[in-house]
Amino acid sequence: MIGNFPYIAAIIFIGLGIYTLMFKKNLIKIAIGVVLIQNGVNLFLITLGYIKGAVAPIYTYAPSGQIMVLPTPQALTLTSIVIGIATTALILSIAMMIYKHYGTLDTDQVRRLRG
Amino acid sequence: MKQMSRIVRTVTNLIYGFIIIFGFYVILHGHLTPGGGFQGGAIVASAFALLLISYGALNTEKLLKKDLLSILESGGLTMFIGTAFLGLGITFFYNFLANSGSWFGDAAVIGINPGNMNTGGVIPLMNIAVGLEVLSALGVIVLVMASGAEFTKKKENS
Amino acid sequence: MNLSNHIPILIIAIPLLAAFLVPLIGRINKKATGILTTLALSVSLILTIILAVKILTVGPQVYVFGAQSPALTLPSGLKFPIRIMFQIDAMGIFMGLITAVVSFSGAVYSLTFMEQHSGLDKYYSLLLLLTVGMFSMEFTGDIFNFFVFLEVASIAAVALISFRGVDLGEPAEAGFKYMVVSSISALMVLFAVGIFYGQYDLLNFAAIASVVKYSQLDKIALGLLVPVLAMKAGAVPMHMWTPDAYSEAPAPISMILVAASQASLYALFRVTFSLYNITLNTLAVGWIIIIFGLLSMFIGVTMAIIQKDIKRLMAYHAISQTGYMFLGVGVGLAVLANPVALSQYGITAMEGGIFHIMNHAMYKGLLFLTAGALFFRTGTKDLNKMGGLAHSMKYTTIFFIIGAAAIAGLPPFNGFASKLLIYESVYRFNPLLSIIAMVVSILTLASFVKVFHSAFLGPKLPQFREVKEVPKSMVWAMAILSCIIIFFGLFPDLIVKNLVHPAVMALIEQFKYTGTVLGGI
Repeated sequence: MIGNFPYIAAIIFIGLGIYTLMFKKNLIKIAIGVVLIQNGVNLFLITLGYIKGAVAPIYTYAPSGQIMVLPTPQALTLTSIVIGIATTALILSIAMMIYKHYGTLDTDQVRRLRG
Repeated sequence: MKQMSRIVRTVTNLIYGFIIIFGFYVILHGHLTPGGGFQGGAIVASAFALLLISYGALNTEKLLKKDLLSILESGGLTMFIGTAFLGLGITFFYNFLANSGSWFGDAAVIGINPGNMNTGGVIPLMNIAVGLEVLSALGVIVLVMASGAEFTKKKENS
Repeated sequence: MNLSNHIPILIIAIPLLAAFLVPLIGRINKKATGILTTLALSVSLILTIILAVKILTVGPQVYVFGAQSPALTLPSGLKFPIRIMFQIDAMGIFMGLITAVVSFSGAVYSLTFMEQHSGLDKYYSLLLLLTVGMFSMEFTGDIFNFFVFLEVASIAAVALISFRGVDLGEPAEAGFKYMVVSSISALMVLFAVGIFYGQYDLLNFAAIASVVKYSQLDKIALGLLVPVLAMKAGAVPMHMWTPDAYSEAPAPISMILVAASQASLYALFRVTFSLYNITLNTLAVGWIIIIFGLLSMFIGVTMAIIQKDIKRLMAYHAISQTGYMFLGVGVGLAVLANPVALSQYGITAMEGGIFHIMNHAMYKGLLFLTAGALFFRTGTKDLNKMGGLAHSMKYTTIFFIIGAAAIAGLPPFNGFASKLLIYESVYRFNPLLSIIAMVVSILTLASFVKVFHSAFLGPKLPQFREVKEVPKSMVWAMAILSCIIIFFGLFPDLIVKNLVHPAVMALIEQFKYTGTVLGGI
């Protein structure tokens, strides 16, 4: 049961991210919500590859006689982190553009497009 | 962004070079130890960010030019796709240098070993290309965001 | 070196190489960026047509990256494929043709539409990256590769939507909304990929399709994938980003965004038909997709009638037409487990829905381009301020009439063919759905008559006295799309028999999809 704790933590991260995204009004807090969801999904992917009592999957100077964890989820998570950086940089740049035009970061006052 | 105090600037002067060397070490040894193109590039870009924080945006722009970093980024990307095209004789992305005896061409050792840097084939070349691209791209992002900040705009216009 | 084996990858590698060379060339000569983009996309278009002929005559093609030969899916006795591969069957190349035509016309149109803007090298580079992302979403056979290119296309699309945000505030707001929505949907797709990997230790579409059981975790993955891919395609309870994104983007980018939303729709069909096939409860999932379709059709067209901004009106119509595609294919999915009903009306409904995808990309693209032409010459998007433009912009008026007749479903144009297929087959499934579809079609015609009257008819207004016709490259781009609309409208039987029917059979028959990769049917 204690081995399931990383999965529960990943779901808590995603839940907190969705709460922040829905109920906060500042644009930077919405960006932080997206980052929280990214972290939750990355944690879920990394935890999938764990084998109890195994070592890191590197051949250079590895200890002998032990099995290694699965390396494929680590490659998937790395790609996801890179995509997360590009997404975060773009969201923050757009928030800077909105601040330059409207002078405020409050979503109640930035809503010019309606209907 | 404003300049920080003398202690911060002195420490930055001391360790700035070492961070860049460590970043290039991580890029080059990507096929043997943890790391690779993206991770090493992010470490070098964090050195640029350290320079921005401690010296302020206006002083850093005299040292790091956005145009040069932009050309380096396009060069890195073109090198990546060009290396992938070179294997087109068999398939796209084919590792034509592995086990062949030329550049990075020693036979790969399977099992526990001290690590031979001359192995890997096309992989270290692609690591270098991606590392160049990531350090320039993150450097340009960080520089452009800093020069868009309010303090820098007020100082430029005054 | 036999180059014809490498055509699937050349379709993607040439625009990718051009996307990376455009900033370097932009430093030397500004005009060369547009010409390089148009050349790269024209090469892609020609190669896509050659590949389409090859697939429709020979069979599905596979291209494995980095293997000893392009078709070697199972190297040296392994039971499951380990490399990333492209797997293109008739449905994939159908969507690939749409992407190729739409992005080529977009590049030709942008040659003169975007001439006065600065930062053009980044615009063309992003346009090429968006095209590469869309092609790879439609060709790939690997589920994680699909996630990566979904994100590539989304990031490029957001940067292009906010392109005019340097001077104005609204494009930045539209770009922010689109980025948050597409970020959440891509992360949920990655969560579903993680669930599949954790259960089966496989990442290849065909390999997962051969071993999938409908366990509790698979139900969670399906429950995540269907709403999230429908959100990216613009279905109704999740459609809030569509009017803002389509109206604030530059006109050629609105056209390419329509094709990008349809690539997500293609992924939804691929997941429900080829990945799960009969293992899921087809009646329940089919009815959910039909409900998405009905809501989209009705709410889209009723919100469109009251709009004053011409591009926002067309964006709501895009939502409404996407409802037709959901309806047609949903009926096909609902009867998938029932072979008698499938051969009677299920296949015809799916043919209608999938033919509608190509028709919609063509006429909605043409309509967005005419709206862009109006904005280019008059400087406004508000219908109340425009009037009497048919006197001076004759070509634009003719193209608008062709587009509006096609979207309303009038006979010599292509909208009529696909809508008739949908009406007839959906009527035999449930008569009420077909009647709602016809009412929506009438309301569509009404709203486009309103647009035609307020923008083109009437006396010539004094402030538009020196408005001329639009430049040549914009006329050529609109003419390409019009020719395709008229050709599809005059010979729909030819298109349905040769292009659409193989695509529908490729979706329904799952064993052919897995047999191409795992060898032996």
